Amino acid sequence: MEWQIIIAATIKIIVFVFLTTLPLVAMSVWAERRVSAAIQDRVGPNRVGPFGLLQAVADGIKFLLKEDFTPNHVRKGYFWLAPALVMVPALMTCAVLPFGSKLFGEKMVIADLDVGPLFVFAVASLSVYGIVLAGWASNSKYPFLGGVRSTSQMISYEISLGLSIVPLLMIYGELNLGSIVQYQAENGWALLPLWGEGLSAKGWILAVPVFVSFIIFMTSMFAETNRLPFDLPECETELVAGYHTEYSSMKFALFFLGEYAAMIIGSGLAVTLFLGGWSLPFGWLTPESTEAAVPWWHGLIHIGTFFAKVIGLILFFIVIRWTLPRFRYDQLMRLGWVFFFEIALFNVVLTALLLWWLS
Amino acid sequence: MAIVVKRPKLKLWEQLYLPAIAKGMRVTLGHFFKIVSGKKKVTMQYPEEKWDEHLPEHYRGAPALVTDEQDRERCVACQLCEFICPPRAITIKPEEIPSDDQWAKVEKRPKAFDIDMIRCIYCGLCEEVCPEQAIFLRKDYAITGTSREEMVHDKEKLYEIGGVRVGLVNKWNELK
Repeated sequence: MEWQIIIAATIKIIVFVFLTTLPLVAMSVWAERRVSAAIQDRVGPNRVGPFGLLQAVADGIKFLLKEDFTPNHVRKGYFWLAPALVMVPALMTCAVLPFGSKLFGEKMVIADLDVGPLFVFAVASLSVYGIVLAGWASNSKYPFLGGVRSTSQMISYEISLGLSIVPLLMIYGELNLGSIVQYQAENGWALLPLWGEGLSAKGWILAVPVFVSFIIFMTSMFAETNRLPFDLPECETELVAGYHTEYSSMKFALFFLGEYAAMIIGSGLAVTLFLGGWSLPFGWLTPESTEAAVPWWHGLIHIGTFFAKVIGLILFFIVIRWTLPRFRYDQLMRLGWVFFFEIALFNVVLTALLLWWLS
Repeated sequence: MAIVVKRPKLKLWEQLYLPAIAKGMRVTLGHFFKIVSGKKKVTMQYPEEKWDEHLPEHYRGAPALVTDEQDRERCVACQLCEFICPPRAITIKPEEIPSDDQWAKVEKRPKAFDIDMIRCIYCGLCEEVCPEQAIFLRKDYAITGTSREEMVHDKEKLYEIGGVRVGLVNKWNELK
C-alpha cells in the first residue's frame, strides 16, 4: 500500500512538474516574446522550429553554454543558493494544485492537502528569500536596492493576497482545493455563478465580494511575481537589472524561469479559486463527488480544461505587462497598504455580513 | 515667476484605474490582432524578403566611380571628396596623364582610389562636392567582407559597382 502511493506520487510529480509545468514555463517565455512583438508591430522569434516554437530550446542551450561568471566580490555560498531558492518554491507549490479530476482512479493532485491555499502562500512567500539573498550576496548597490525593494513589496502584497481569498474560503467553507473545485463545478464558478446553486439571488449577491477579491488577488499576484506594472525589484531603467545584475548564464536563467514558474502557479491558483479549476462550465461532465469514479476521457478533458484556463490567464498576464507602465515606488506602497489592505479587510467583513444575512 | 502646472482633476471613474487598463488593453490587443491576423504588416523578413524593388530614388548606398560614354574615367583626382569626407574613408593617389594619351588635356587621373567601407557613413558629401560628377552613391547596401582588407573598395571594384553614366559632363569631349 505504501509503495503504491509513493509510485503514484512520483509519476504525478514527473508528469505534472517536469513534463508539463517546466515546458509550460519555456512556452510562456516564447509566448511573451511573440505576443509582445505582435503588440509592438514586430514579428518576434520565428526562426527556430515551426513559428519559432523551439526558441526556448535554443535559449536553454545558450544559457547552459555561456560562461558562468561569479564576480570576486560576492558571497559565494549565498550567491549560489539564491537562484535555487527562487525556482524551488515556485515549483513546490505545484503540489497542491488540482490539475484535473481523476484519471484511472487517481486524484490528479500531487498532495491532496486539506490546507491547500495556506500551503501555497507559505511556500510561495519563501521565494522572497531567494531575491533578498541574491540582492545581498551580490555585494553591489543595484542588486542590493532591488533586493530591498522586493522584500518590502512582497511583504506588503502578501497581506492583501492572503486577505483577498478569505471571503472565498468563507463561502466555500473548505480549504481543500480539490473540494473547492468540485463545489464550483456543481454550483457555478466563483466569478460566473450561472448554474446550480449559484443561479440564485444568493449566488449573484455573493459574486460582488468575489469580484472585488478577484481584482485584489490578481493585482497582488502581479506584485508577488514581480511582473510589470510592479516589477520594481528589477526595474531596468533605475536599477540596471535589479537583484540579478551580477548573475550570468544558467543562474540568471533560474531567476528568469522562477518568475515565469511563479506566474504559472499564480494563474493556476487563480483558476482554481475563481474560475472553477478543471471544471467545464454549466456543470458539463461533472463527477458526482470528489470520490466518485470518473471515466478516463472525462479526466483527460478536465486536465485539458485546467491548462486551457491557465494558458488564457498567462496570456492575460503578458498583455497586461505590455500595456501598463511601471508604478512609482510610493504609488506601489500606497496601493498595497492604503487601498488593497483596507478593501480586502472590508471585503471580509462584507462577505461575513452577507453570508449571515442570506443564511 | 514660477508657473503652476494645472493637474487635471480626475473623476472617481478615472481614479479607479480599471477603466484605464481596459482602454490600454484595447490599444495593445488591437495591434496584436491586426498583426496576428495579417491585416497589417510592418516588418520584413530580411534574407527572404528584400527592399530592393522599393528602394527610393534618393537612397544612399555604397559610393562608386563611373566612367563616361568614351570609357574615360571621370575622376580627375582633384581630391575634393577626400578632403570633405567626414570619416576620412577616401584615399586618392593622383597621377599625371602622359602627354601621348588621348585625354592628355585632362592632366590628372587617380592612380589609386580606395574607399574604406568600414569607415564610410553614406553621407553623400563626396557625390555633392564632385565637380566632375564622377562619384555617385549607388543602391548597394549589403557590403560585406571577412577581413578589413576586403572591406576596402579599390579603384577596380569602384568602377565595377559604378559602371557607365552618359551625358552629364561634356567639358572634356571633342565637342568642346
